[in-house]
Amino acid sequence: MCRLFAITSETPLSPILAVEALDVMKEGHDGSGVGLFLRDLGGPFDEMKEAPILSGIFTEQGLRKLDQHMMDKGFMTKYKISIKVPKTPPPGVPKRDIYLIRAYELPEEWEQYTQDEIYEKLVEVRLELRKMGEAQEDMIVFSFWPDVIMIKEIGDPLTVARYLHLDRKELKARIIMAQGRQNTNYAINLYACHPFFLRGYSTMTNGENTAFIPIQEYLSSRNYPGYIGYQSDSEVFTHILHYAREKLKLGIDCYKHIVTPLQDDNLDLHPDADFLHHLKRTCRKLIIDGPNCVIGSLPDHSLFMVQDRKKLRPGVVGGKPGMYAVASEICGLDAIIPDRDKNKDFQPMHLDTVIIGPNRQEVQICRQTQPLHHLH
Amino acid sequence: MPSNTTITPSTLSVKDHLWQIFWNKNRCTLCGRCTAVCPVQAIELGVFRKRVIESPMNLTETPSTSFKVYYGIRQRTDPAYACIGCAMCNLVCPNDCIAPMRTDEADKLKFHINRGGTPRRRGGRRNDPGGILDQIKFIRISMLTDPALDAGRHEFELRTLLGRVLPPEEEMNALKTGDWIPPVREIYPLIIGAMSFGALSPTMWEGLQLGVTYLNEELKMPVRICTGEGGCPPRLLRSRFLKYVILQVASGYFGWDEIIHAIPDMKVDPCAVEIKYGQGAKPGDGGLLMWYKVNKLIAAIRGVPEGVSLPSPPTHQTLYSIEESVAKMIQSMYMAWGFRVPVYPKISGTSTAMAVLNNLTRNPYAAGLAIDGEDGGTGAAYNVSMNHMGHPIASNIRDAYQVLVKVGKQNEIPLFAGGGVGKNGNLAANAAALIMLGASGIQIGKYIMQAAAGCLGSEGDRCNICNIGLCPKGITSQDPRLYRRLDVDKVAERVVDVFLSFDSELKKILAPLGRSTSLPIGMSDALGIADADAAARLTIKYVV
Repeated sequence: MCRLFAITSETPLSPILAVEALDVMKEGHDGSGVGLFLRDLGGPFDEMKEAPILSGIFTEQGLRKLDQHMMDKGFMTKYKISIKVPKTPPPGVPKRDIYLIRAYELPEEWEQYTQDEIYEKLVEVRLELRKMGEAQEDMIVFSFWPDVIMIKEIGDPLTVARYLHLDRKELKARIIMAQGRQNTNYAINLYACHPFFLRGYSTMTNGENTAFIPIQEYLSSRNYPGYIGYQSDSEVFTHILHYAREKLKLGIDCYKHIVTPLQDDNLDLHPDADFLHHLKRTCRKLIIDGPNCVIGSLPDHSLFMVQDRKKLRPGVVGGKPGMYAVASEICGLDAIIPDRDKNKDFQPMHLDTVIIGPNRQEVQICRQTQPLHHLH
Repeated sequence: MPSNTTITPSTLSVKDHLWQIFWNKNRCTLCGRCTAVCPVQAIELGVFRKRVIESPMNLTETPSTSFKVYYGIRQRTDPAYACIGCAMCNLVCPNDCIAPMRTDEADKLKFHINRGGTPRRRGGRRNDPGGILDQIKFIRISMLTDPALDAGRHEFELRTLLGRVLPPEEEMNALKTGDWIPPVREIYPLIIGAMSFGALSPTMWEGLQLGVTYLNEELKMPVRICTGEGGCPPRLLRSRFLKYVILQVASGYFGWDEIIHAIPDMKVDPCAVEIKYGQGAKPGDGGLLMWYKVNKLIAAIRGVPEGVSLPSPPTHQTLYSIEESVAKMIQSMYMAWGFRVPVYPKISGTSTAMAVLNNLTRNPYAAGLAIDGEDGGTGAAYNVSMNHMGHPIASNIRDAYQVLVKVGKQNEIPLFAGGGVGKNGNLAANAAALIMLGASGIQIGKYIMQAAAGCLGSEGDRCNICNIGLCPKGITSQDPRLYRRLDVDKVAERVVDVFLSFDSELKKILAPLGRSTSLPIGMSDALGIADADAAARLTIKYVV
């Protein structure tokens, strides 16, 4: 089972903190990999919120291809973090040339585009780069998005974090999501490692989604270029989130109504029964079949956690105003926020979605049987 | 046979027949029940002359010969009276002294069942007991990372949608603007397919309806039943139970006068309207109700004279083009019920099903597509159509689903698969395989006749006389002397048994796959087969 830890804090934190939480929760996971998602960045990136940041792993040759390509497109490097690693990686960690974190200036001709158009073009660029790297596996691209950094690698999370010096002072974020396992349900592949990212949305998941193939087929047939990949059954959670928010314009409290809708008897009693019946029918092909616990980050800097109907995966949220964390184990929470009021810890059950808003002042709990907040 | 008798080309011996009656003289009580019950008069009282040689146990008397007469059963060899293997004789015999046996080689009878130049017509299914569905296994068993579920105690949502489901963007938009959203029914994925009032006896029809009503009202299982082409009894049309019924309109339009007239009096809408364009048992051929079964009641409901055969045309009447006719018919049916009732076509399995489907994807009113494979059953059809025409359902439904995936409309036009599902008794396994290949629901006909009413028919060409109204179980007969054999309540009870056991078995398949929150439509990664070519054709895993 994957170990998951996510934190949202008023003051920027080092990602090493989240990896340490993973380490505390180590019992039960195989430490086969680590995935990190950082948003609302601190340090030097705090000054460049609009600049898209490219995160990925490159070979020397891949980097040359990247530079040429980005130059042709009119992107200028604005800032970069150089991760210099020792010549010999620790056992279990592959040898890589470059771990890239690089912020770019947008091309001048993009000034004519609206914000939405720019976002779509950023998705396109990421997909182009990903495609360019597929044949020779010289470019692995995790994200290309303003104010977002992603790091993924195979190996024990803490070992990898120390090897990459993730405790460096220029790498800090107010929202961090960390996952401590290479996806082992399918082939070992960094693209199969959580968290997943698409157009501002990121999720990581505990468990296995047995309805993966039909959902993947449905998403792939939506004609949206970002719906590709699917090296992991959990990637569909990110894409469904994107679909629900961007294509259907639904609130986060509807997400659970899509992935694990209420059964009809309960649905009939819901104040928004009519709408939810329609939603359930029309999104039926997106119903997952867990057990799954999904933790995700939204573009508005909210953090959420949702349990599926089966509630067979652990998950807990706790903290104090200004700093809240969601984790798969309470010990992870204890390690990072020991001074919180533990009486207020909450373990979401089969009907719950937990949301920590951008102001990080409280934990909002949406029970699926409650009225919807934002119908449109 | 006397030595001077003329042998005609169709003179057959018992050995030449498909079914041969074995009769045990020692146990026969000569009660006559077997000859009375035989639906085709294949057996009759036999008066046999037997030579007896008596050898006295002494030397004074010489052995003598005498001739005696004894009585028993004789099988008639005239092809018109050929035994059909129904074994009703065996059923009624108090001493188990009589039974039909199947011949050990290809019979000679089949060369002669065309007297008067009329080819053989019969009921039943394609005479081939094999099939791919039974070979499909469910291989993706949940272990470790996603635990298998408890089929007995976990909650399951085994429902499917019948109706045109809008893409999510369109549906959300329509909710905002108040535009028309096509009607969609949430129903149980196992549907009792089209068997007409006329093809079935009144007791069978009533038993099925009663069972379906019980499942809905008492057990909250939204099971639906299709009328077939033959109308619907007027009282049912005007009852609140009509919502459990799918009305079928076919090319003969039988019974639709009655239905249209009843619309103003309907208390509830029917579940859906199925427009029949084809049927798996006789692809490209219209429905057929032979004259034997058109009695006063059937004639009245269908609006036809008594005692005439009712062959429906192979296609619906059209003025311009068939595509236009399909679109118009779908639309007219929607209009008849104020756009509140889903309307979908049913076709026979065919390599051209994809063209039909592509047309339907562009028709915003098409509420689904039912495809009936080559193993579908019928009440009456030409033998050649049943045995040699049609397309297997497995690859047809898979192709159809993949066409929908390609255009991104999977589950928006639900596909319903029928034709030989459960023909070897493995209903849940066959149904689950078809669902995972892409079907949204399953239609059964013959299976429910066998399981709920004890139909004797088999793919070994047993019985199969549904067409002439002589059904020995009273399932497909319009003769009160026959159909009173069938107890309406017992049929209803068996319908309920069948659905409950199907439900349990389906859960026993889905739970180990880790599926419970929705029907696993298109979950092809769960399927495997030990036949590489079939695996490649169905795009499922090849496992040995």
